[in-house]
Amino acid sequence: MTSKTPVETPKVRDDAANWAVPAGRLRVGEVPPGAVNLNVTGRRLVGPVQGFGQLWQKTYRMRLDGIAITPPDVIREWKANYGAFWPKGNHFYAPQAGIQPGVVVLINGESLGGVEVSTGIEVIYADDESFTFMNAEGHPAAGIVTFSAARDEHGVSAQVQVLIRADDPFYDVMLPIYGHRFEDQMWTKTLVALAAHFGAHGDVTVERICVDRRRNWSQAKNIWRNAAIRSGFYMFGAPIRWVRRALKEGREA
Amino acid sequence: MTTATTTTTADRIDEWTIVIRVRGDVTAASEQPLMAAYGQAGDKTRAIVLDFTGLDYMNSGGIGLLVTLLVRANRQKQKLLACGLNEHYKQIFELTRLDEAIGIHDTEAAAVAAAKA
Repeated sequence: MTSKTPVETPKVRDDAANWAVPAGRLRVGEVPPGAVNLNVTGRRLVGPVQGFGQLWQKTYRMRLDGIAITPPDVIREWKANYGAFWPKGNHFYAPQAGIQPGVVVLINGESLGGVEVSTGIEVIYADDESFTFMNAEGHPAAGIVTFSAARDEHGVSAQVQVLIRADDPFYDVMLPIYGHRFEDQMWTKTLVALAAHFGAHGDVTVERICVDRRRNWSQAKNIWRNAAIRSGFYMFGAPIRWVRRALKEGREA
Repeated sequence: MTTATTTTTADRIDEWTIVIRVRGDVTAASEQPLMAAYGQAGDKTRAIVLDFTGLDYMNSGGIGLLVTLLVRANRQKQKLLACGLNEHYKQIFELTRLDEAIGIHDTEAAAVAAAKA
């Protein structure tokens, strides 16, 4: 019972430096001006195993035809300008170190109802032709996202592949209403912006596979760390914090 | 780009347990050989042991493939275990929290014993 299939993979053998070292709980280093550091420090990473909803694999791919470029060129520029390729209203606060294995990044993103969701990711893998994020507990999606570039006989293409479950029942309900559409727009616009950066234009192909239709009911408890709900409480609590701060400053004056 | 090879061999230990020996690279492109080996398990198999002694390289695409395999095994109410991982890849299982769903053992004998427990 032997199966042997030649496959194309990058020749990277000594890859220890490409992977993050497990640290247990996330620690945020520098907090860039304007960033809200909420729902990240002290949280753990969540993979597809720890999520609640159905398991989806979605692949967004765009050809970068007609330009002289290599996959490492694409990844280098993608890493350097990652946040700039995101759609407006979403902020990726990459630290000075940039996208490197082990770096924790704060994300403040828009969601339904005008609530700015504060969450984060860790860069778990990065090499010359790809990099991978894993999301923090409370992020809408429990799973991993891999960004890559590859060359075939036609030229170079850039790809985003997500392998995710909705992290909790709240996000699971929101997924068909808003989540899938948001994610599709997010990665489609990102790839279009990346291509435009190189002067390329074209269409993004999207492939969606539901890998597991079952829900992990044992993970329904994840809702207690839901970043959208917690961010909403934080946002609506802003006036109370402002009054408290003013009173404290008044007492100290 | 160079050509790499994923080789899998499925060995039946007993009526309920098979060991899939993985050699070479585990990437997203390894789906066919890995799933072909898993296909040898059959309905009665209750435990799949992945022997990674011959693993050369695994990337995040390979992690995704293992998640897919885990889903299939869970659907069949089968345990998924791993053995032969070096310290580096044990850390990657820990980082991605795959170790919470795939039991990791140092040797094949330990994994097979755990499968029967």
